[in-house]
Amino acid sequence: MGTKTIAGIEIQVNDEGYMMDASQWTPEVASELAKEEGIELTDKHYEVLNFIRDEYLKGNQLTIRKVGKSGIVDIKGLYELFPGGPLKKASKIAGISKPSSCV
Amino acid sequence: MENNNDDHRLKKISIICAKGALEDVYATLVLANGAVMEGMEAKVFFTFFGLDAITKKRMKKMHTATVGNPAMRMPGGLPFPTWLGILPFVEAGVSAMMRSQMEKLDIPPVDEFLEMITAGGGEIYACKLAMDMFKLTKEDLSELVKDVLTVGDFYALAGGEGSQIIFT
Repeated sequence: MGTKTIAGIEIQVNDEGYMMDASQWTPEVASELAKEEGIELTDKHYEVLNFIRDEYLKGNQLTIRKVGKSGIVDIKGLYELFPGGPLKKASKIAGISKPSSCV
Repeated sequence: MENNNDDHRLKKISIICAKGALEDVYATLVLANGAVMEGMEAKVFFTFFGLDAITKKRMKKMHTATVGNPAMRMPGGLPFPTWLGILPFVEAGVSAMMRSQMEKLDIPPVDEFLEMITAGGGEIYACKLAMDMFKLTKEDLSELVKDVLTVGDFYALAGGEGSQIIFT
């Protein structure tokens, strides 16, 4: 656990770098977090991030399949947007906790 | 992470699926999909009855065994007697019920699962020997099957640092 200042906001993150409080998230924070993962965010990325934040805040379990059926991006596209672990990386950048799903 | 010379993380898994019951196939698919979700390389080799999972005519009809399966339970948890399992349609009914339970957990049908795995860069292979045995050709298999391999070909693909082979 720790805090770090990012895009002018002091955020709490856990040991793995996931934000502890989703309400501290802003699009600017996302942009900085994405850079740490080597990703430059586009509008498409933000659409995915907003979708998974909505689902998370509604208390729904997130899966790759759910994002693939969102109409925003297919699964292949999702892997291209967030290479090397799309659901985990997207969750980290979206400021929500690490996904606990197996699919 | 501090010491990159001491990186023992898994980087690649190769999974062999030799059985065609619903639970064997799903164990394979969940492991493979989980690997690509984690950014790992995944290769799946279907052989013997496992070929059902990638055979177009059979992949949508996976069953679980209701006979000779001591872990089988009624929905309430009571034992599931073997004699019940031999009645017509019971195995189909139980299997359909399991599939619908999985759907609720967002676990997709076999064909869609294979699409998810390959969309993430996972690779699906079929065993040449088993195909010859079951008189199957490449045309009988899902388009997502990348190649038909001998066991030697499979081992050649399965190597590398941080790689493991799993037999389900």
